[in-house]
Amino acid sequence: MTPSTTGALSISDGRLALSALLILVNVGLSAALRLGLSRSLLLASVRMVVQLLLVGFVLEWLFHQDQAPLIVLVGAAMAMIAGVSAVQRTQHRFAGIYLNSLLSVMASSALVTGLAVSGLIQPQPWYNPQYLIPLLGMVLGNTLNGLSLGLDRFMEGLRSGRDQVETDLALGATRWEACQAVVRDAIRVAMIPTINSMMVMGLVSLPGMMTGQILQGAPPAAAVRYQIVILFMIASATALGVFAVVGLAYGRLTSADHQLRLDRLVRRHGGKRSVR
Amino acid sequence: MAPSGAGKTLLLRTLALLDPPQAGRFSLLGRAPAAWGLPRWRAMVAYLAQRPVAGGGTVETNLRAPWRFQERRRLAGWSHERITGWLAALGRDPSFLSYDAERLSGGELQQLALLRALQFDPTVLLLDEPTASLDGATTAAVEALLIAWLAAGPRACVLISHDGEQIERFATRTLELPR
Repeated sequence: MTPSTTGALSISDGRLALSALLILVNVGLSAALRLGLSRSLLLASVRMVVQLLLVGFVLEWLFHQDQAPLIVLVGAAMAMIAGVSAVQRTQHRFAGIYLNSLLSVMASSALVTGLAVSGLIQPQPWYNPQYLIPLLGMVLGNTLNGLSLGLDRFMEGLRSGRDQVETDLALGATRWEACQAVVRDAIRVAMIPTINSMMVMGLVSLPGMMTGQILQGAPPAAAVRYQIVILFMIASATALGVFAVVGLAYGRLTSADHQLRLDRLVRRHGGKRSVR
Repeated sequence: MAPSGAGKTLLLRTLALLDPPQAGRFSLLGRAPAAWGLPRWRAMVAYLAQRPVAGGGTVETNLRAPWRFQERRRLAGWSHERITGWLAALGRDPSFLSYDAERLSGGELQQLALLRALQFDPTVLLLDEPTASLDGATTAAVEALLIAWLAAGPRACVLISHDGEQIERFATRTLELPR
């Protein structure tokens, strides 16, 4: 086999179907141990296949477009989905939480991705979808986790630390003096996964994007450079997004009269259970 | 005094503006809370919760903590003599200051919370059953300490109690909330 520079070996339909048989390992295990996961596993598999095949078509179409507004619109739609998903896994809600999350996701990802395409990677033109969309996708996917963790931790922290916060307020603390420990803790927790993944990067995990580029025949040294840029983008976008979303939640759950407004918090009702 | 659930705690919390009042106006020394600024208002109208909480560290760490608040920095600051004087009045040794605050009993916590508020000499002290976890002797010591503190300046105290005798001993005016 000669090394290919034009792309990886293509996978035929038959072999694709064959790969789906691998999920039977999980189904078999679930049946044998009565884990009750068979349904979720099958549903998740079907969703994964359908979503990815569809995305394949959409991207094929999108990469042939060259109108900046259209591509930016697609990027904004991706950011909206990320903003909404970040709220899905929190245990409590408050009015405006979706707007807070959307604003935080959009501002942080637009800023960081904008910096990447205008300065760090410089595709021609800057909105070249082959670069912009995957970069944005990676940033959004990771920011979303940070936001979700940060929001949840902040709300639960205020709930469990309520007596301490109100004791400080009653002793003459400003709302910031009373809440800053909870704010700090939420931001710290939200950043842990990003820091952990950078720590073991390349040692324990080979990131998907880098693996993809290498399979495509790109020199590993070049693929590694992309990965470094991406990881710095992810780290800064997550930090910015988490800072914004926790800050906005702090503004919402305290008042200008330096009161703790946990009455604005409601437990999420109903909601289907996550299969993730 | 009032039956359980009548809203005694809510009344005190609202006076400290920890909960927003539904209607009505507050003022202290002729100025509204907004004119004082809320942290200043709460420095003057000190509310002590029925079940006080303490953070990590020793009793002394907890007594010193509020001195770091912006609102308190302009004041004279921590006074060891004053605190040990009050501790003596409560029949306690100065070694109480080095106890681990997270291991205090309910009664010890109430005494910590009382001293934590008293050291700032608030104009109005709002006490929510401050002696509920104390024995008879300590209750008497707390009452004596409060009466002495009240006499030392233009100060007032609002006290919630279920103990009719305590109200007889302590109160100059009594408000009974209907259920």
